Amino acid sequence: MSTTVTTEEIEQVVAEALESFGADPDQINAQATLESLDIDSLDLAELSQIVHERFGAEMKSSDVAELKTVDDAVALIHSRI
Amino acid sequence: MSAGSRGDGVVTRGEPRTRTGCALVTGASRGIGAAIASAVAEDGWPVAVNYRNDGRAASQTVDRIRSCGGEAVAVQADVTAEVYSLFESAEEQLGTVLVLVNCAGIRSDELTLSLGDEEWERVLDTNLTAAFRATRRALKGMLRERYGRIINIASVVGPRANPGQANYAAAKAGLIGFTRTVASEVARRGITVNAIAPGLIETDMTAGLDGRLLEAVPARRAGLPEEVAACARFLASDGAAYVTGSTLVVDGGLSA
Repeated sequence: MSTTVTTEEIEQVVAEALESFGADPDQINAQATLESLDIDSLDLAELSQIVHERFGAEMKSSDVAELKTVDDAVALIHSRI
Repeated sequence: MSAGSRGDGVVTRGEPRTRTGCALVTGASRGIGAAIASAVAEDGWPVAVNYRNDGRAASQTVDRIRSCGGEAVAVQADVTAEVYSLFESAEEQLGTVLVLVNCAGIRSDELTLSLGDEEWERVLDTNLTAAFRATRRALKGMLRERYGRIINIASVVGPRANPGQANYAAAKAGLIGFTRTVASEVARRGITVNAIAPGLIETDMTAGLDGRLLEAVPARRAGLPEEVAACARFLASDGAAYVTGSTLVVDGGLSA
């Protein structure tokens, strides 16, 4: 697991993942809510998988279920790396 | 973004990618599994033929597929303990598993009163838990590809009673419930999950069963592995894209 991952890298991975789930890229920003982006529980499970593969970070489903915004997701991932 | 949004009539979100993956059939050295491996190969899928012990029979299955112009490799693995190495080997040789057929199964019959813990667990581990682990592993690649076909080989025993097979019935009934739930979880990603419930089929596994069972089959004969395989081939096809969470009964009318 790398300790040199930057917030910008995490933001990019999250944005790419959200876009691949069908979110409108023009609407993806730090304050955007996951609900407004039409992100559901399967999307979040898949995001956890992507984060694990990219950064080795573990996110439990109970953790991701509490996420409200894109920024929340980035902060959670950052805290787990 | 070219993906369709929910509620707009688009079945999957995200553009389906070119299908360059493979089919993995567990328990494919003989019987129903071998027939399914051959059937999906006929539709152009490279096939990983999984076996546990009978490498010779698995090689024969592979040879049959290759002799018809198909692509296949035999992969030895015990599905109760080596699912991840099984996928690694299959995907290294043939690409992402986009069709998974959970066919590995065993019986160990005994009336419940005499059924030991070990025989209960062995049948549940092989017939149900291994399918869960293989499905969980397969979904990673299928979700990325926005495409997948998972086919669980259940049995009419489960929905129906069969004295002496409490462990087998519990596993197969569990497999049908598992199928429905996973299907509902991943349907919007272009992944279908279905079960096939064969009745009395002519295989090594049914060789010792009481011949009088045939009297209960309206068709008055045992089914052939190829008849189960034809159903699996359909469920694995693009034509079955809207069929998910279902259990296709193949029993000559036994459950009718």
